[in-house]
Amino acid sequence: MPPFTRGFHGRPRRPDVDPARVPPGQYVVEDFPVLSAGPTPRTPIDQWSFTIQGAVDAAQTWTWEELNALPQETFTVDIHCVTKWTKLGTAWTGVSVDTLLEGVGTEAEYVSVHADGGYTTNLPLEDLSDGKAWIAHTFDGEPLEPAHGGPARLVVPHLYFWKSAKWVRGLTLTVDDEPGFWELAGYNNYGDPWREQRYWGD
Amino acid sequence: MVDETAHARTLALDVPGWPGHHAGQHLDVRLTAEDGYQAERSYSIASAPEDARVALTIERIDDGEVSPYLAGDVVVGDAFEIRGPIGGHFTWRASDGGPVLLVGGGSGLVPLMAMLRHRARAGSRADARLLVSARTVDDLLYRDELERLASAMDGLSITTTLTRGTPDGWKGHGRRVDAAMLGEVGPAASAAPKVFVCGPTPFVEAVADELVALGHGAAAIHTERFGPTGG
Ligand SMILES: Cc1cc2nc3c(=O)[nH]c(=O)nc-3n(C[C@H](O)[C@H](O)[C@H](O)COP(=O)(O)OP(=O)(O)OC[C@H]3O[C@@H](n4cnc5c(N)ncnc54)[C@H](O)[C@@H]3O)c2cc1C
Repeated sequence: MPPFTRGFHGRPRRPDVDPARVPPGQYVVEDFPVLSAGPTPRTPIDQWSFTIQGAVDAAQTWTWEELNALPQETFTVDIHCVTKWTKLGTAWTGVSVDTLLEGVGTEAEYVSVHADGGYTTNLPLEDLSDGKAWIAHTFDGEPLEPAHGGPARLVVPHLYFWKSAKWVRGLTLTVDDEPGFWELAGYNNYGDPWREQRYWGD
Repeated sequence: MVDETAHARTLALDVPGWPGHHAGQHLDVRLTAEDGYQAERSYSIASAPEDARVALTIERIDDGEVSPYLAGDVVVGDAFEIRGPIGGHFTWRASDGGPVLLVGGGSGLVPLMAMLRHRARAGSRADARLLVSARTVDDLLYRDELERLASAMDGLSITTTLTRGTPDGWKGHGRRVDAAMLGEVGPAASAAPKVFVCGPTPFVEAVADELVALGHGAAAIHTERFGPTGG
């Protein structure tokens, strides 16, 4: 524990927030802040597609209609941004990454996620499978807004939210781990909020 | 400690072992209450890499947790934890050259100011255009220093716009940043400037969209969003 800061008391703790749901160093917000490195891309859905490629037996692509024709899941999760906000109980609808990976044969252990605007982020394949990740297009019952990643974003709630690439367009399966945009810029390669893995060396 | 406006204060920190930074980077401040409770927020570095002290300029958000402490309660001699520097994307070095277009709203001017201070300290004459938006003339950060920097005639031009009324004799603009203003401030998209936009989220969203519409390449537009959505 570092020495305390003279005169700082913090905000009264909120009795309605279960502290066990808030990772260390995070504070709970009601709004939905935005963090991105550039302008918000706006891809019309008739030009949108989603591709799984890389170290796979055969690449697969879904159009917007094809994605929406897959089994849909609605899920409620807590999300944690590396800029310290946590939003509890966010409700999304989308397709489980498991569904997309069903027909994909691969020996790869890593994934490089790519998105409109050139954004990439990397994570182990096992962090996207077994019900841990979705391609989401609906937030709180409404189409996902462009500022929050619409038409579709990855949602991987157990990692810091920069892993949940906005404007997602595909997964490239890779044999070796390939650090993405923020990971090359000083952010932690894995990003577990419960272990405060914000930056290199955490 | 310097009060920049009625709502914003600059803290100059002595940081033992500071490794140096690039203009545009930020750091994290962590405060610890007596009961062990901690709060952590990010603040852009306002000072040039050449400066001995690390300066932050913090705008007080009235219902905020951390900014009222840093912009109000802190006294000279207090200590708190920082981490950084952080961020490799929203940075400009004199060796990158120009042209550059900097667009800041409110406290979003802070990392852009680090770039201009660095530019001056490094003796760069790179073509640089700064467009600053503030609510009123009294909310403008670093006003005198910006006037001094602009009067050096070394390739920097500064344009100011006020969104909540202009005083008599005001020579800048008096409206929100729009495409016409961005076009006039320049440089044109064809000159392929590096662009840095920083401020509250709705400001950054609007400005970045207009820049894309003006033909600036998305990859050339670097953004940093402070604070919540809404507005
Ligand atoms: C990379 C980065 C760099 C930053 N650099 C600076 C800087 O140089 N100077 C600076 O003053 N701030 C900067 N900020 C914002 C800063 O981190 C805090 O968000 C801000 O000081 C408010 O913190 P707080 O604890 O006082 O308010 P909180 O307790 O976090 O919030 C209180 C209320 O204010 C709202 N709020 C939070 N932030 C803002 C805001 N910026 N504008 C309007 N409403 C807000 C919240 O939604 C909430 O309703 C930066 C943020 C980032 C991500």
